[in-house]
Amino acid sequence: MAILEKTAMITNLAGRMVPEIVNGRSETPYMGVGKYRPAVPKASPPIRTAADYPANGDKRVPDLETALRKCGLHDGMVISSHHHLRDGDRVALMALQTAARMGIKDLMWFPSASFPSQSAALELMEAGVIDHIEGSMNGPLGDYCTQGKMRGMGVLRSHGGRWQAIQDGEVHIDIAVIAAPSADPFGNCDGSHGRSACGSLGFALADSIYADHVIVVTDNLVPFPCVPWQIQGNNVDYVVELDSIGDPAKIVSGTTLITRSPDRLRIAEVVACFLRDAGIMRDGFSLQAGSGGIALAFVSYLKQMMKQAGVKARFVRGGSTKYLVELLEEGLTDYILDGQTFDLDGVKSLAANPRHVATSPFTSYNYHGKGNFASMVDAVVLGATEVDTNFNANVVTHSDGRLLHGIGGWQNCLAARCTILAVPSFRDRIPVIVDDVTTLCGPGELIDVVATERGIAINPRRQDLIDAVRGAKLPIRPIGEIQKEVERICGGKPQRPKRSDRPVAIVKWVDGTVLDTVWQVT
Amino acid sequence: MTVATETRTGEAGHCGPEIRSDLQVRIEPRGRGGIEIDLESRVQAYYGDSIRRQAEEVLEALGVRHALIQIRDEGALPFVIAARVEAAVRRAGLGEGTRVLPDQIALPEPSARDRLRRSRLYLPGSAPKYFINAALHAPDAIILDLEDSVHPSEKDAARLLVRNTLRAVDFLNCERMVRINQLPVGLADLDEIVPESPDLVLIPKVESAGQVVEISRRMEKVKADYGITRPIWLMPILESALGIENAFNIAKASDQIVALTIGLEDYTADLGVVKTSTGGESLYARQRLINAAHAAGLDAIDSVFGNVGDIEGLRAWALNSRSLGFEGMGCVHPSQIAVIHQAFAPTAAEIEKARRIVAAFNEAQEKGLGVVSLGSKMIDPPVVQRALQLMARARAMGCVARDALVQAGEQSSPLLSR
Repeated sequence: MAILEKTAMITNLAGRMVPEIVNGRSETPYMGVGKYRPAVPKASPPIRTAADYPANGDKRVPDLETALRKCGLHDGMVISSHHHLRDGDRVALMALQTAARMGIKDLMWFPSASFPSQSAALELMEAGVIDHIEGSMNGPLGDYCTQGKMRGMGVLRSHGGRWQAIQDGEVHIDIAVIAAPSADPFGNCDGSHGRSACGSLGFALADSIYADHVIVVTDNLVPFPCVPWQIQGNNVDYVVELDSIGDPAKIVSGTTLITRSPDRLRIAEVVACFLRDAGIMRDGFSLQAGSGGIALAFVSYLKQMMKQAGVKARFVRGGSTKYLVELLEEGLTDYILDGQTFDLDGVKSLAANPRHVATSPFTSYNYHGKGNFASMVDAVVLGATEVDTNFNANVVTHSDGRLLHGIGGWQNCLAARCTILAVPSFRDRIPVIVDDVTTLCGPGELIDVVATERGIAINPRRQDLIDAVRGAKLPIRPIGEIQKEVERICGGKPQRPKRSDRPVAIVKWVDGTVLDTVWQVT
Repeated sequence: MTVATETRTGEAGHCGPEIRSDLQVRIEPRGRGGIEIDLESRVQAYYGDSIRRQAEEVLEALGVRHALIQIRDEGALPFVIAARVEAAVRRAGLGEGTRVLPDQIALPEPSARDRLRRSRLYLPGSAPKYFINAALHAPDAIILDLEDSVHPSEKDAARLLVRNTLRAVDFLNCERMVRINQLPVGLADLDEIVPESPDLVLIPKVESAGQVVEISRRMEKVKADYGITRPIWLMPILESALGIENAFNIAKASDQIVALTIGLEDYTADLGVVKTSTGGESLYARQRLINAAHAAGLDAIDSVFGNVGDIEGLRAWALNSRSLGFEGMGCVHPSQIAVIHQAFAPTAAEIEKARRIVAAFNEAQEKGLGVVSLGSKMIDPPVVQRALQLMARARAMGCVARDALVQAGEQSSPLLSR
C-alpha cells in the first residue's frame, strides 16, 4: 500500500471534511441518519466442498505458521483478529509476528479492537510487516496513527459497522485468526469454558462466515463436539493447539468495581433518577449499560429503584458484569443479551444460565440487516469525550485530537429509544461540553440526554422527554447553561489545539459512510 | 527549601501522575532578565497561554520582576494557580504584605444563627480537587480544614488556598465553614480567612473560655479592619477531658457561638481508651456536652464517623446521636451525607404524632379550653412545645411533604431534597 497519498476531500452532510478515497477504496460521505441505501449484493466467500476437508473432522495442524502457510499467506493480505480476550490476548500478536518471521510485508491488520498489550504491533508497522490498521487504536498505537506515522489510513468502525463492512464487502478478510477458549478438532468454538474462558465470542462470528480462510487457535482442545458452538466448525479451515492463548488475569477482571468517586456516583444516581422519573423504568422495559465505573454504579442505583417500585426488566444488554448477573439472579430481568463478558461472574453466568444469552454484532448492532436489537432498547447509558451544544458527541479522540478510545458499540447503541451520555462536566480543567466536537462520532439527533454532576440537559428535539420529567425533582438545565457555568469555573473557553490538514484516520458511521476525519496532530 | 543569601528558591503545591487539580510552582528569583516561565501542563494545549498569563499577573502584583518560574500543572483551576504561585513567591521571601486575590463570585446570603447543621463535610485544605464539586453533594455545610488534614509544613500554603477558595468557589446552599489551627497558628489563619467572610469558624481543641475569647477578639479586629459586618459564627470543638469539664463556660464565652461539637479521636486519646464504633467510652463526654450546649441555648453537634465503608455502622451511630440530643454530625466522605440526613430527620410516625398534637392544641385554643387532650390522654405544655419544634424542624428538612418517602425508608438523596 502506498504511503498516505494526498486525497481529495469533500464536505459531508454533517459539515465535516472527509476523504473520498481511503486506502485505495472509494468511500461514500455520510448522508444523514438512515439515508444511505446501498444497491449491491452482500459479499460472498468462495464455495468450499467437504471433499477438501478431512472426513474425520480433524483439522489440526502442528502450529500457527503451518496454518498460515496452508492458508496461502502472502504480502498485502488482510488478517483479522478479535478482542474477546481483551488485554489478555496473545493470539493476534502471535499471528502477526509469525507472519513477520515468514518474511511477509504490507499486511492490513483488521482487529475488532486493539489493546495496550498489543503495542508491539508498532514495531511490525515500523518494519513494514503491517501497512496499516483498520480498527480501534489507542495508547501507543493511537499516538502512532495521529502522529501520521502509519503508512495507510486508520479506519474506525463501531462493532456493528465492522460486521456491516465485512458483510458489504468493504473489507475482504483473507485470513481470520480466532482465539478460542475451547474448541474441538473440527473447529467448533466456545468461549465460556476453559482456563482462558472469556464468555461470548460474538466479535469473531462475521469473520468466520465471510473470511476466505479461518484458523482457530485454542489452549483447551476438547473431543468433538465442543458445545455450545458459538463459532461453527463448518466455517473453519485449520485448528492449532497452543499452551496458552492469553493471560487469564487480563482476560476477565476478578471483580469489576463500582466507582468510589463521589462525583461519578452522583452522575450515576442522576441518570437512574431520570429513568425512574421519566417513566422509562417500568415493567417490561429494557436497558443497556457499559462496564465503565459510572455505568456500573448506575445499574446499582437503578436496581434499588426497581426493587422499590416493584418493576422488572424484560432484558438488559451489554457487556455483562456481576451487576447485570445480580439483576438476572434476583429476578429483576428476564434475560441478559450479552455482547461481551467482562468479569468472572459474567462468564460463569453465561455458561450456566440459559437466560444469559450470547449475542453477536449481527443480532445486536448490524445496520445493514433487517433491523437489530439496539433500536429496541428503551434506554442506554454511554460515555463520551466531548459533546457539543447541539448534542453531537465524540468518543474516539481527546480534545487535542489524539485517539483515545475505539468506537465499540457506542454508535450502534445511539439507536436506543433514549440515549443518555453520562459524563463529568469537565475533566481536569477541560470542559466536556464544547461549541464543536473535535471528532464527530454520534449525530446530535440521536443523543437525547447529557447527564453531568451539574445537571441534566435534555435534547430540545425530545419534547416528549422534557414533558415526561416536568415537575420531577431533577436538576434539568439547558446544555448551554451547564457549558457556561463550567467555562466560568475553568477560567474561560479552552484554546483550540492546533491540528494539521493531513487526514490520518476516518470515522465510519454505522452504515459504512464516512462521518468524520481524524487529523494528524502537530 | 534552600536558603541562599540573595536568592531563595520557593516551592509550593503538588504534582505527579496521582495528583489532580493542583500544580507545583518553583520560583527562583533572579537579579535581572525579567520573568521566564517553564510550563508543563496536563492541559497545555487548552490553557497553556492562560496559565502563563495568570502566573505573570500574580508575579507582577507581588512585585516580582525577575525570576525563573517552573510550573508543573495537573489541571488546576485558576484560583488554585493563583494561590500556589503566591505561596511559592512568599516562600522565596518575596511579596510580603500583598494579597493577590482571584475574582470574587457573589457572596451568598449571611448564614442564620439557627440554620440546619445536620451534616458538615470536611475538605482537606491542601487538596483542591475536593473543593469544586463538594456542594453538589448537598451537605448542610462544608469545612475547609486548615488543621489536622494539613501537614505543619503546608499551613502557609493551605491558608492562601482556602482564602482563594472562599472567594472563587460557589458552595451553593452550603454553610461555608473553616477549621482554623490551634492557637497561636489559628490567629494567622484568621488574618487570611476572615476578610473573605466565611460563615463559621471551627476552633479546635478548646479547653477554656479564654481561648474562645482570644479567637473572637482577633476575629472582631480583622472584621473591623476589612469593614465586614455580616456575622461569622463560632463553633468550638471540645476534644479533651478538660474541654468537656469546661463545656458550659466555653459555650458562654462568646455570643458568636452557635453550637458546640466534640472531637472523639483526640478525646479518646486523652483518656487513653480505644474508640469504638458504638461509642460507650465517650457517652459521658457527649452527654455532658449536649447538656452544656442546651444550658447555654446552643446546638450540640456530634463528631465524625471515620469508617467510610461502614454505612450501617454510621446509620446506627447517627440514630443514637439524635436520640441523645445531637443535631448533626461531621462527614468525611460525601456518601455519608444522605445517611446522616435521614438519621437526623424525624420519622413519619413522629411527624404524624406531632401533627395530631399540634392540631389538638390549636383546637383547644379555638375552643378556649385550658387543657389539651388527644383521645383519652392529657397533653402537657412541654409536649406541645416539643411537637411544634419537631414540625418546624421537619419542615426545614423538607420532610413534611415527603412523609411517604421517609416512611418507605428511601435514602434522602441530594436530588430528592432539592
